[in-house]
Amino acid sequence: MFENMEKIYLAIVLAPLLGSVIAGLFGKLIGRSGAHWVTIIGVGISSLLSMLAYKHIVFDGGEMFNQTIYTWLSIGSLDINVGFLVDRLSVSMMVVVTFVSWMIHIYTIGYMHDDPGYQRFFSYISLFTFAMLMLVMSNNFMQLFFGWEGVGLVSYLLIGFWYKKESAIFANMKAFLVNRVGDFGFLLGIAGVLLYFGSLDYMEVFAETAAVDGLTMEIFSGHPWSVITVICICLFIGAMGKSAQVPLHVWLPDSMEGPTPISALIHAATMVTAGIFMVSRMSPLFELSEVALSFILVIGSITALFMGLLGLVQNDIKRVIAYSTLSQLGYMTVALGASAYAAAMFHLITHAFFKALLFLAAGSVIIGMHHEQDMRKMGGLYKYMPITWITSLLGSLALIGFPGTSGFYSKDAIIEAVHHSALPGSGFAYFAVVAGVFITALYSFRLFFMTFHGKERIDKHTWEHLHESPKVVTVPLAVLAIPSILLGAFLIGPMLFGGYFEESIFVAAKHDVLAEIGADYHGVWGFTLHAFQAAPVYLALAGVGVAWLFYIKYPAVPAQIAGRFGFLHKLLLEKYYFDSFNQSVFAGGTRKIGSFFWRIGDIRIIDGFFVNGTALSIRWFSGIVRTIQSGYLYDYAFSMIIGLLILLALFVHHLI
Amino acid sequence: MFEQIVFYSFAAMLVFSASMVVSMRNPVHAALFLILAFFTSAALWLLLQAEFLAIVLVLVYVGAVMVLFLFVVMMLDINVTVIREGFARHLPVGIGVAIMMLLSMGLIVGSKQFQLVQPEDLNKFDPQFSNTQELGLALYTDYLYPFEIAGAILLVAIIAAISLTMRKPRTHKTPKPEKQVSVRSQDRVRIVKMESEK
Amino acid sequence: MLVLSEFLTLGAILFCISVAGIFINRKNVIILLMCIELMLLSVNMNFISFSHFLGDIGGQVFVFFILTVAAAEAAIGLAILVVLFRSRNTINVADLDSMKG
Repeated sequence: MFENMEKIYLAIVLAPLLGSVIAGLFGKLIGRSGAHWVTIIGVGISSLLSMLAYKHIVFDGGEMFNQTIYTWLSIGSLDINVGFLVDRLSVSMMVVVTFVSWMIHIYTIGYMHDDPGYQRFFSYISLFTFAMLMLVMSNNFMQLFFGWEGVGLVSYLLIGFWYKKESAIFANMKAFLVNRVGDFGFLLGIAGVLLYFGSLDYMEVFAETAAVDGLTMEIFSGHPWSVITVICICLFIGAMGKSAQVPLHVWLPDSMEGPTPISALIHAATMVTAGIFMVSRMSPLFELSEVALSFILVIGSITALFMGLLGLVQNDIKRVIAYSTLSQLGYMTVALGASAYAAAMFHLITHAFFKALLFLAAGSVIIGMHHEQDMRKMGGLYKYMPITWITSLLGSLALIGFPGTSGFYSKDAIIEAVHHSALPGSGFAYFAVVAGVFITALYSFRLFFMTFHGKERIDKHTWEHLHESPKVVTVPLAVLAIPSILLGAFLIGPMLFGGYFEESIFVAAKHDVLAEIGADYHGVWGFTLHAFQAAPVYLALAGVGVAWLFYIKYPAVPAQIAGRFGFLHKLLLEKYYFDSFNQSVFAGGTRKIGSFFWRIGDIRIIDGFFVNGTALSIRWFSGIVRTIQSGYLYDYAFSMIIGLLILLALFVHHLI
Repeated sequence: MFEQIVFYSFAAMLVFSASMVVSMRNPVHAALFLILAFFTSAALWLLLQAEFLAIVLVLVYVGAVMVLFLFVVMMLDINVTVIREGFARHLPVGIGVAIMMLLSMGLIVGSKQFQLVQPEDLNKFDPQFSNTQELGLALYTDYLYPFEIAGAILLVAIIAAISLTMRKPRTHKTPKPEKQVSVRSQDRVRIVKMESEK
Repeated sequence: MLVLSEFLTLGAILFCISVAGIFINRKNVIILLMCIELMLLSVNMNFISFSHFLGDIGGQVFVFFILTVAAAEAAIGLAILVVLFRSRNTINVADLDSMKG
């Protein structure tokens, strides 16, 4: 049955699209249950087939699939194709994307139960799955960009899903605009690739790297820049937008305005990892530029540490998780910078599961609390929502990297990788990721304790209706909890050190930090034990302990600390003033420039001079010409005869 | 010599009748003078041995076109005084332009290039010579297509003239929306105060 | 003996008279049409005299065509005049300054 993989891959991509189209266009016709059945079946087919493809490629050692399916358009010698490249890297992503998406489809039935936009919602998330699969399975830059923009569009639609809510509209506009900045960089990068490599096909580009390596370009004359570095940094700017790295991270916390399944699906598990995936996919390019790798390393470590800090002062349960997502994305980016692409992908996969789990658990809490998201109004919920409680405990343990959980393996691998990296900036990155462990533990358990333990601060009306969420909500939680805990131990060996990705990720020998770690790797058990001799585990436990002290034992302490370090607290509350800076400098500045051009350029020059000026001069000129065109026959006869006379005079003059 | 007398007398009559055409107060008189002008030029054309065209000018032009002119002029009730407005005012300009034009044209046509004399003595012609036959030969051989086109033009002219002037019988009545919209109550209803009769 | 330029000069005089007629009768469409007929007559005169003095029948053929076209023109011109008069009740050129019928 594997001789015709092309059809299977096509089915994987098209099944969610079909579901989306049916649910979106015929939503009224098929009704609410029809909409969720058609999309769940679509994504389910896609998910099962992805697993089949995974089995085919990873376990059965099937051939890598790289084929053009359809030529979209042809410009001169440039063909823009739709094609699939399915190797170990993309097939892993496909499984994660479709599986998480499938779980979230099921969960949504419960979460969106009373929402009037039920069918629309299902259509969007299925469309998202389609776009993400196009991105992941692409074998060329243009299709990658198509998927990239597709997921951006769906993200925009879904953040503003409750389009009557003003803050949601603001947030989706913000997400869209910030992503445009990143996409602009990405597009420039693609243009650079096309200019220097002459092709958009991955394999053709990667085959040409030797020819382009060492070339320079002069954007500002007198300053030759390495072509590869410029292309890589442009591409990474795209990744910064999509994967929410500093300073393009500002949209992600605000995107929590969307429904919780979306926060889980798009803004935690899949879409934000597009940037990580893309950099891994482009590893043959990035490996050629140490400058770009250093840049990635520094950006990632800043994101990992400082965004984690912000999670400490947030009170909205979803926002805390959002900042945690930012921080974890920072970890992945750091891994990319350290050339540990496999570790980044590993963390991406484990993170997808436990972060989706955490979000869905938060969603379950929100359902129970009747859409109350403020943690200050929760507490002691473990009595009422036991399944949610236990699953979010597992998720939090995975997030902080408690030994034995998935998060532990992936995060520790990243920390070790950075430790071994020799790139400029790796020292700072190492400090940031290690300190990040403590911060992560602190905010994760702050959230956990504030929500599920301590004094009950629930208002009376909500309390009366408080109960565990329905099965459609808790089953996906349970299903996601299993890989959150166990997946890491199974994957770490083959994925990091066993050459799991084979030729789909390329690492230059001098950057190959994972190989260095792999030299000391003696099985999962040894890795776990080894962790107890290093700082991160103790830092994580310290974080948990501090959280327990502050939010269970002495709940008054945080306020005192906030009061003592007022300036720092304010700085964190204002998110390092990124938003105000963007608002006043970029938004405000753009408005000012726009208003200036409008007043001078538009009203004065274009309207005043060109438009009205043309009209006025024509009116003036036609006022003169009009006197000739009187409309009277004899005036025309007169001018004819005068003309005749002049011609005659000329003729006579010529003749005599 | 005889020819010169004929030419000059007819030429004088032609110029005179042409001037009358442009200066007559009554359009009917002008049309009559135009007929005179056509007759005299027909005579001059006979002098130039274009017998067929001379006859055609009289028969077609005077007989049909000019009658049509007269007919139209008489049918239309023309207010002569209004139409004659500005006649005296434009007279000097008209004459000035005409004289300038005549001078420049005269310079050309009076030049020595145009001092051709008649090819041969008119009396030496064969009595059997037929201008009509010669013209017909040329028309139906070398100028066959233009001749056909001329026929088509005449047909078009007939159709155009008829379709322009034909009054269509009123077969149906249609409302005029623009008039309906712009109607005002005072146009339709008139309130008249009357003394009540005892 | 008569020479060509005598006939041509006669044609020129005729033409100039009709030009002057167009100028001074600028309000009367009927006289304008008659002036145009006069102009055509002067042109015909030239054609016939050239035909005669050069011994070429082609000139007369052209006159024939001009007569045809002039007759057509007169017929249509008069028809327009009649329609015009019917709708405007005037043939004063000064009143005919709008495109609308």
